[in-house]
Amino acid sequence: MSNVLEAKGISVQFGGLLAVNSVDFDIPKQSVVSLIGPNGAGKTTFFNVLTGLYKPSAGSINYDGRDITDLPPHKIAESGIARTFQNIRLFGLMTAQENLLVAMHSHLKAGITSTILRTPKQRREEREAEERAQEILEFAGIGKWTHEFARNLSYGDQRRLEVARALALQPKVLLLDEPTAGMNPQESQVFIDFVRRLVKERDISIMLIEHDMKVVMSVSERITVLDQGEKIAEGTPDQIKNNARVVEAYLGKAKDSK
Amino acid sequence: MAKTPANNVTKSNRKWVIGYSIAGGLLFAIYQFLLPWEGLPIGIYDAVYRWMPPAAVNESLVYVMMALGLNIVVGYAGLLDLGYVAFWAIGGYCAGWFMSEFFYFLNVHFFGSVPAEAPGIHINFWMVLVIGGFVCALFGVLIGAPTLRLKSDYLALVTLGFGEIIPQVFFNGENFFGFNISNGTKGIVVVDPIPVGVKNLGPFDYGWKLLIFMLLTALLVFVSLRLRRGRLGRAWLAIREDELAASMMGVPLMRTKLASYAVGAFAGGVGGVAFATHVNGVYAERFNFAISIFLLAMVVLGGMGNVWGVILGAFILSWVNGNGLSAFGSFYNERMGTDVDFPSFTFLLFGLVLILMMLFRREGLLPESRLKLVLNEEEIEDAEAVGKKAK
Repeated sequence: MSNVLEAKGISVQFGGLLAVNSVDFDIPKQSVVSLIGPNGAGKTTFFNVLTGLYKPSAGSINYDGRDITDLPPHKIAESGIARTFQNIRLFGLMTAQENLLVAMHSHLKAGITSTILRTPKQRREEREAEERAQEILEFAGIGKWTHEFARNLSYGDQRRLEVARALALQPKVLLLDEPTAGMNPQESQVFIDFVRRLVKERDISIMLIEHDMKVVMSVSERITVLDQGEKIAEGTPDQIKNNARVVEAYLGKAKDSK
Repeated sequence: MAKTPANNVTKSNRKWVIGYSIAGGLLFAIYQFLLPWEGLPIGIYDAVYRWMPPAAVNESLVYVMMALGLNIVVGYAGLLDLGYVAFWAIGGYCAGWFMSEFFYFLNVHFFGSVPAEAPGIHINFWMVLVIGGFVCALFGVLIGAPTLRLKSDYLALVTLGFGEIIPQVFFNGENFFGFNISNGTKGIVVVDPIPVGVKNLGPFDYGWKLLIFMLLTALLVFVSLRLRRGRLGRAWLAIREDELAASMMGVPLMRTKLASYAVGAFAGGVGGVAFATHVNGVYAERFNFAISIFLLAMVVLGGMGNVWGVILGAFILSWVNGNGLSAFGSFYNERMGTDVDFPSFTFLLFGLVLILMMLFRREGLLPESRLKLVLNEEEIEDAEAVGKKAK
């Protein structure tokens, strides 16, 4: 089975702090892999490296057969790595549809002149983009909120919209940063089903940062555990559950930190 | 929460063309035909000339054009620009260079409006408009390329610097590395009239020029609205909302910001050329820092991001600044028998207005429909946090 994304020896240094220490990570095609670890383990930092927000101080990232380590964020996004944010970062004063259209920016071609003149080509492109956006919104179960401002949506719908917006990038890899934070068990279950549907129907690989162990264990094919910037374990949910180091580092820590 | 989300934010609306045409036609008819009419009661004639002389209307329209350009940078893309007057200056000097006898040693004519033997470069006004626009857009990109990497306050500071540098270059431009590029403080006086086929419009053809300025303004409104609804406008808005998220969604920040600078500067160039024909010359001392702030105040007062608000704000402020306050002053002094120098209070008044706006109507006179949403509602999060139900 081949990998769609391979990160090798990634290290990130913030001044004297080694936030991520030479971590290898790969995402197999059409799979769901999770990254877990106690707070401050470097999970989100690792995400930020994959999406180009931070440049790693060492290591390389290979995506879809090419090196993307030094690409700027928008190029990485354009090439098909989409993400959501731990704290929702929608464009609040834009409608759900517009949020998706922004994500399609790199796939649309209209320039200044064709937009001013509204050439037939530009109109067709806009119409098609809107249709595609609507289709994704329906897929995410928020089809009725097309023209509602993102900030007016309920918390759960905002989470969905964030995923929908990421999908509008037509990604091959989707990085979800704590997508079920603040959801109750029922909502989490709905979300798990949604993720499964995504992988099956949209041919996407998903990488998940998640604190909810129920979600992680039920949806992941492989789990990687980070602790203080280092990868301490990797394996199937069952292997991770029984890994002594993980229990010690993750659960032990969770006891006194939370 | 809204139940039926109507698409009233993004749908196209062409109704403004009708309203705008009526308003423009009416203004034109008043100033071109009604005022010179013999049968007009002298009282009305005096009143119009006192409160709203044609020159003031035209000048206001130039301010409207500039404010519309600044609105693209500040209102649409959310980039604070404190040096916008630079583009006004560059546009003005484009008119000075290409539409006057400034380069007396040359004799270039291109569909100009002056006799062929006149020295200097004389290019057709309509072409100079485009040239001025593009030269400004080019400068917008040149200035933007190094500065747009900065964020918020830092960007504002650097634009402030450029807004000072460029007018200063023109101010001292009599000897710019051995060349005279601006005639320094003397300015470039007498620019060519505007050719409109049947006649040439000189400095005193206010009525017709009003029509032309209305047309140019309409064009800028049209461009603003179209761009706003398209791919680029959405990207601007996204950057205004959340720059980081925008870049993570594949929006190239530099390119998109540069585009807003270029388009905004283009409008500035058009306004600059129009202004040169309005005052029939280019004068370096007119391009000062206060103008940048003044334009920014127009955009903020009217309603950032909403072209109609910006037009209203620009019209009101430039009217108060140019004519309104002095007219009111002389009116007041006559009635009350006092001798107060009202125009000297202009900036006091502006300061007061801005403070009041920030206190009571932060979103501007005619806010953008999106912004209305945020600025009018109480802090929802706070209300919810203490268990109050938000209205």
